[in-house]
Amino acid sequence: MQSASTDIASRAIGIIDQLKGKEGPLLPILHELQDEFGYVPPETLPLIAQALNISRAEVHGVFTFYHDYRDHPAGRHVLKLCRAEACQSMGGDALADRARQLLGIDWHGTTADGAVTLEPVYCLGLCACAPAAMLDDEVIGRLDAEQLEEIAAEVRL
Amino acid sequence: MTITFYVPRDSGALALGAEKVARSLQTEIDTRNFDARIVRNGSRGMYWLEPMIEVETPNGRIAYGPVKASDVAALLDNGMAEGGVHPLWLGLIDHHPFLAKQTRLTFARCGITDPVSLEDYRAHDGLKGLENALKLTPSEIVAQVTESGLRGRGGAGFPTGIKWKTVLETTGSQKYIVCNADEGDSGTFADRMIMEGDPFVLIEGMTIAGIAVGATKGYIYTRSEYPHAIAVMNEALEIAREDGVLGSSVLGSSYAFDIEVRVGAGAYVCGEETALLESLEGRRGIVRAKPPLPAHKGLFGKPTVINNVISLASVPVILDKGAPFYKDFGMGRSRGTIPLQIAGNVKHGGLFEAAFGLTLGEIVEDIGGGTATGRPVKAVQVGGPLGAYFPRELFDTPFDYEAFTAKDGLIGHAGLVVFDDSVDMLKQARFAMEFCAIESCGKCTPCRIGSTRGVEVVDRISANIEPEKQIEVLTDLCHTMKFGSLCALGGFTPYPVMSALTHFPEDFRPAPIAVAAE
Repeated sequence: MQSASTDIASRAIGIIDQLKGKEGPLLPILHELQDEFGYVPPETLPLIAQALNISRAEVHGVFTFYHDYRDHPAGRHVLKLCRAEACQSMGGDALADRARQLLGIDWHGTTADGAVTLEPVYCLGLCACAPAAMLDDEVIGRLDAEQLEEIAAEVRL
Repeated sequence: MTITFYVPRDSGALALGAEKVARSLQTEIDTRNFDARIVRNGSRGMYWLEPMIEVETPNGRIAYGPVKASDVAALLDNGMAEGGVHPLWLGLIDHHPFLAKQTRLTFARCGITDPVSLEDYRAHDGLKGLENALKLTPSEIVAQVTESGLRGRGGAGFPTGIKWKTVLETTGSQKYIVCNADEGDSGTFADRMIMEGDPFVLIEGMTIAGIAVGATKGYIYTRSEYPHAIAVMNEALEIAREDGVLGSSVLGSSYAFDIEVRVGAGAYVCGEETALLESLEGRRGIVRAKPPLPAHKGLFGKPTVINNVISLASVPVILDKGAPFYKDFGMGRSRGTIPLQIAGNVKHGGLFEAAFGLTLGEIVEDIGGGTATGRPVKAVQVGGPLGAYFPRELFDTPFDYEAFTAKDGLIGHAGLVVFDDSVDMLKQARFAMEFCAIESCGKCTPCRIGSTRGVEVVDRISANIEPEKQIEVLTDLCHTMKFGSLCALGGFTPYPVMSALTHFPEDFRPAPIAVAAE
């Protein structure tokens, strides 16, 4: 445990040192930490505060303001379903209900086997091929119930 | 002779399987062992035909679409390499009615060139605007932009030249150009398409802005939801630096300019310019009170031009062809062209760049071809989640900043989301309030509290609890939000809500059974 947290701290310090010279470095640092660990480990927030000479409250405020940052790891896959108007117009709400039913989780939830986290997203810019989704880094347009079932099965493999 | 195929790398095309199509085409080329290359272009913006393959022929580019990976072998068997006919054959793409009817100024190269080839960019009139700008004084550049009549394409419609003039006349040890690429409105994707399909035009536009106002550093603030756009932009920036378009001497001149991409973190409100600046500085995306204007005290308190992607990407053509050329398009005080984004439940969804002035009905029915489901159009939301819902009765409204304002709407970033007659407008009004509650930055009370109260009031209407009284409360609440909110998030949320209530009152007095059936 000791060595794991020391490891996180040293990797985090490396990232912070590399980026702290940028103008407005806080978001780039948080993004890089999340890329590195899959989430932003809470113990790294005081390290950021110290390096940037700002208060821990300020770092906490920024970290919790933005929807993207996580304080714990997501599932092995992240399925983002667009819930905005263009996707609603093409039956997005019904698909979203189906997804929650298929995976047995609600928004922001992760399946018990750790396979997938379901996130709402408000627009992927794929509004002319709605409904849209994103599975990890892969964008998906004209999503239908059949494809959703395939995804639900595939992520659990 | 090498045959050139084009398969888009635009994320809309990728979402429909373009990557598989490109891989399948490459495999077939290798197996059949003929001399061919695949260019990964941007999208033409005809999403009902994506993934679209184009092939270069002596007569022009012939297109095929929508292509599935499993179609590729049959297409080649039917002579696709020479433009041969097949059920997916679309003919000469430039003659396609959807493209032939457009006036492509900002999107002139999008879908045609290789987005990360500076040679392609130059060969298609790229950098001419910047070269012309380098021959002018900063105030002459600003005068050109002012004269062109270009107004902010992000939604507010503020004259771009006036903004630039203010920054030019403000002294500062450092000035910035900030590109607002935080395109969060549902129904919009023009910024994404430019960044993925013609990133150099944005780089050129920002560089001209930098020279015009005396800024040496630019930031493109875009969304984490746009990973492909981020990747293409970064690739193009690297090429522009290597080639001396950016750097300490822009195209060999005495001007220095460089650009960095910054990525947001899923906050819609950061599309509001002052919240965006806060976010860039590393803070919560909380809206700032104005004044001071960003032009006086913007990023890090320095004079800052903050413009939308499309505003900046329209500058090169203005400096290339001249302000009068650009100004000649359009109507009234809406000059030039606007990239319409036709989305949602529509048959021919995509990007259609045209001069201002088409009517809403022409856009939805003639260009968009009506709904994808084949049912009648009930409503069109124009301008994103903060835009009004327009009924068919208002289909004669011309696409123009002032004409939409006169009908209690806005054109916003020119996204149109079409809904068929199955839509429940009460539900849409609820969503507008819910979205505002989720995305509110929390600084001002009308937005923070009003949106939550709004959801509750709409829910009481749904439950048929004194609906007449609730409608009165909702109207009053919208009035407070509209005039009491600090920015457009709280201030414009009443547009979708009130337009739904005004134009579709029957949905606000539902019989409980009808609601259950929907």
